[in-house]
Amino acid sequence: MSGEASKTISNAVLWGGGRSPLSLSYGKMMIWFFLVSDALTFSGLLAAYGFARHSLAPGMEWPVGDIVFSSFPGLSGSYPLMYVALMTFILIISSVTMVLAVEAGHRMDKKGVVKWLFLTVIGGLFFVGSQAFERAHFIHGANPRVTLADGRTAFVVDGHHGEIDPATFALAMGSVQSEEVVRGPEAHALYENAITVVSGANMTENEYGPPAYANFFFFITGFHGFHVSTGIVLNIVVLSMAIKGVFHRRGHYEMVEKAGLYWHFVDLVWVFVFTFFYLV
Amino acid sequence: MERDDIIEYSLDAGHSEEQGRVIRKKIYFVTILLSAITTVEVLLGVFWMDFMPNAWHWVKWVFIVLTMVKAAYIVMTFMHLGDERRNIRSMILLPYVLFLIYIAYILIWEATYIQNVLKIFL
Repeated sequence: MSGEASKTISNAVLWGGGRSPLSLSYGKMMIWFFLVSDALTFSGLLAAYGFARHSLAPGMEWPVGDIVFSSFPGLSGSYPLMYVALMTFILIISSVTMVLAVEAGHRMDKKGVVKWLFLTVIGGLFFVGSQAFERAHFIHGANPRVTLADGRTAFVVDGHHGEIDPATFALAMGSVQSEEVVRGPEAHALYENAITVVSGANMTENEYGPPAYANFFFFITGFHGFHVSTGIVLNIVVLSMAIKGVFHRRGHYEMVEKAGLYWHFVDLVWVFVFTFFYLV
Repeated sequence: MERDDIIEYSLDAGHSEEQGRVIRKKIYFVTILLSAITTVEVLLGVFWMDFMPNAWHWVKWVFIVLTMVKAAYIVMTFMHLGDERRNIRSMILLPYVLFLIYIAYILIWEATYIQNVLKIFL
């Protein structure tokens, strides 16, 4: 079986290694390949989420994003999706500061790189902190779901913070935003005689909807948050290298570009998670 | 053997202050665009029920299309894939996009089948 292997290739066409035909350095190309594989992982998770929603058993209802996520840290009252929108905005801005750091690196502007990279780290830390708040609030819950003695579903909408006060107690029938609200001692009596009360979220059930809802929320946002955290660590490492002048001595800031690719990927995934989990 | 992790191939490496200003303007433009699209998405998400109670199907598709637009801008301008050579751009985008279309189609198909089965038996 000699065939092709025994034919000599002329030196004119033989590639001697060296300059990449893709015009990419090895490191950047491998980052891209890693990003494709990670994108496939997240796509798998989102596909599973889509499958769970589309194959939902009749009678079960998937919760609506702007009802579940309506809290804002430091404010009482309902601000549907506001905090998540702020988180998305901050992450996009941190992506912008990252691309500005890359651009500064192309001009060998060390001070610019350090400034923009530092702002990117701050944006990332804000995002991770916000994610922690969101998850804590999700676990704590806002409107416990009550299954009444006659089988109806109701949600506690008032009077359950701190000591339960029968006078201000209120139950909304059917859904959290329902117009039909029972108040006062009558509501409290229904609550006391209820079959089950589900408050917040845990490993088996949650007050918002099917157990799968909490499972997917924690897994997808947690996996994404894990990526953000490692991205922040990577950015801090690259920042310290930039401050020490490693890249300036090397003659190029390509490491900043590679870290930037990972950070943009994290932002990109968040754009999709935000759409498919919170909006749709 | 030359170390190829320290060769810089970047297409706009070593650009001048003037070129930098042009590039930065483009970055700011894309930033404003992305922020505007996100604002539209959030406002639509919060207020659609008050204005167009029966339009959920269209609202959902507007969300998905706007997200695709955002993703395209992030990949092409922030990740500079638009500045790369066509061969590497195709190597990264084509397999992923084709596979994603396939997966999305299969999951919707199978999930609706499962739901129809559940509707019969539950």
